[in-house]
Amino acid sequence: MEELIPVIVRGLGVGSTYALLAVGFVIIYRATDVVNFAQPALMILGAYYVSFYVFNLGMPFPVAVIASMITMAAVAALTERIALRPMVGEPPFAAAMVTFGVFVALFILAFRLIGTNVIVVGDPWGLERMDFLGARVNQIDIAKIVISMIAIAIVGIFLKRSRVGLAMRATALDQEVALAQGVNVGRMFGLSWAISGALAALAGMLIGTAAGGVSPLVAFVALKALPVIILGGLDSIQGSVYAGIIIGLAESFTRTYAGTYAPWLGSNFDIVVPYAIMIVVLMVRPYGLFGTKEVVRV
Amino acid sequence: MLTIENLEVVYEDVILVLKGVSLTVPTGSIVALLGANGAGKTTVLRAITGLLDIHRGEIRKGTITLNGDPIHHLDAPKTVAAGVGQVMEGRRILTEFTVDENLRIGAHTADRGTIEANLDRVYTTFPVLADRRKGVAGYLSGGEQQMLAIGRALMAEPTFLLLDEPSLGLAPLIVQQIRDLIVEINEQGTSVLLVEQNANMALSISSHGYIMETGKIVMDKPAEVLRDDDDVREFYLGLREEGATSFRDVKHYKRRKRWLS
Repeated sequence: MEELIPVIVRGLGVGSTYALLAVGFVIIYRATDVVNFAQPALMILGAYYVSFYVFNLGMPFPVAVIASMITMAAVAALTERIALRPMVGEPPFAAAMVTFGVFVALFILAFRLIGTNVIVVGDPWGLERMDFLGARVNQIDIAKIVISMIAIAIVGIFLKRSRVGLAMRATALDQEVALAQGVNVGRMFGLSWAISGALAALAGMLIGTAAGGVSPLVAFVALKALPVIILGGLDSIQGSVYAGIIIGLAESFTRTYAGTYAPWLGSNFDIVVPYAIMIVVLMVRPYGLFGTKEVVRV
Repeated sequence: MLTIENLEVVYEDVILVLKGVSLTVPTGSIVALLGANGAGKTTVLRAITGLLDIHRGEIRKGTITLNGDPIHHLDAPKTVAAGVGQVMEGRRILTEFTVDENLRIGAHTADRGTIEANLDRVYTTFPVLADRRKGVAGYLSGGEQQMLAIGRALMAEPTFLLLDEPSLGLAPLIVQQIRDLIVEINEQGTSVLLVEQNANMALSISSHGYIMETGKIVMDKPAEVLRDDDDVREFYLGLREEGATSFRDVKHYKRRKRWLS
C-alpha cells in the first residue's frame, strides 16, 4: 500500500493538470461549438510569461502566476476578437481550422520567445518531497492537485451561480434565445476565451514546474487534453475532472508497473495509454462518460 | 407607442420579405398581427428586436420608433434594455436549465434589485411554474413551457411585449388559459403585439388587428370590425355562410383573395 501512494499522488497531480487544460477546451466548446486547438500554444506562452515575470521583472512567484493568467486571458480574448469573431455563423469545423492556424502562429511566437532552450518558471516547490500518509511524495504533485481543483471549482461556481455565468451557459445552449434576452453574445464568446486562456496559463505553469521546465515542444503534452475531453464528454466540466484523473492515474500506473508486469509493452508505453483509452471510448461511448444527453420530453 | 413606418426587409440581399409595412401599437393596448405562413409576421418581430442580422436579414427602408425614439438600428441587447421583450415562436426555452434559471436569464438586462420581486410576480401570475422551480424546464408540458417563455420575457419588465404565436401546438383549453394570461399581463400595464395564426383567439382580446399577406399589410381595422368582416370570417376564421359550396364560389374565392392582397 505504501508504495502505491506515490504512484497515485503522481497520477492525480498529472491528471489534475490535464483536467485544467480540458476545462479550457470545454468552456470554449460549450460557448462556441469550436474545439480550440490553440489551447496548447496558449499554455506554453503562459508558462513563458510566468518565467518572464519572475526572472526579468522580479515579481514574486504567486504574483507572476496571476499576472501571466491575466496576460493570457487578454491574448486569448484578443485572438477570439480578431480571428474567431468573423467566423461566427460559419461551420464549426471551419472555425476549428482557424484555431489550428492560431496554434501555429502562437507556437512560432513561443519559439521566438523561448528559443530551443528549456526555461523554468521559478516555482517554490522544486524537487522537495514531503510526508503524505506515511509515504514520500513530491510537493509539486500536491500543489498541482490543490491548485487545479481550486481553479476548476472557482470556474464551476462562477458558471453555476453568477449572472454572467448563467448568461454564458444560456449562450452555449441557444445563441438566438440568449440574444433575445439581452445577452451580449459576442462578449460571452470573448469571456469564454479569456477564462480558457487564464486556465491554460495556469496549466502551463504547473507543467513547467520542478525538474521538467518548459520548451516549446511541451505544447504536445497539452494534446493529452484531447483524450481527456473525449473520455469526459466534450461539454462537461465535471467530466473533464473525472476523466483527467482517470487518464492521469492510468498513465502513472502504466509507467510504474508496465516494466514489471508487461515488459512486452516496451518502455514509455504510458505516453500511448491516454490515446488507447480515447479510442476505446470513441468506440463504446462516443459522447463520453458525462457528455450531456439531450433532454427529451416523452 | 411602438410605431413601424414603411418597413422594408431583405434577406440574403435579394429576398424582399417586407414590402413597406406600417403598424402601430398604442401604449396599453393589445394589437393583433395576423396572416398565413410566410407572410412576414416573424420578420416584423425580428426587425423590431434586432434579431435580423443573425438570419442574414437587413432593414432597407423605414423606421421603427419606440415612444418617438428610433430603435431599428439597435442590436438585440439594447432593444431589450429599451423595454421591448419578445417571446419567440416555438417557445424556445432553455431545456437543460431549471425553471428558475430560465427566468433569471430573462432578467439579464434588468437591475439586480428587481430580480426577486419580478420572480415573485411571475410565480404569482403562473402558479404552475412556482411548483416546479427547481425542475428541468425541458420536462414541462407544452403549455407550461409557453408560460415559462412568457414569464422569462416579463423578467426584463418590458413596456412592450411581442408574442410570436403563443397558441402554437397547444390544446384549445390551454390556448384559452394563455389568452387570459395575455389579458392579465396587459392589464398590469404591458402593451402587447400579438402575432397569431389563431385569428379567433387573437381578435377576441385585441383592440386592433392587422392582416399581412406576402410582406404587406392588406387590412388594418379595429378588432371587432375584423371579426365581423365577411372575408376575414371566411379566410381567417374559417366561418362562411351556409350552403355556399360550388365551383363558382371557388373562383369567387380566388377573385376575392386577389382583391384582398
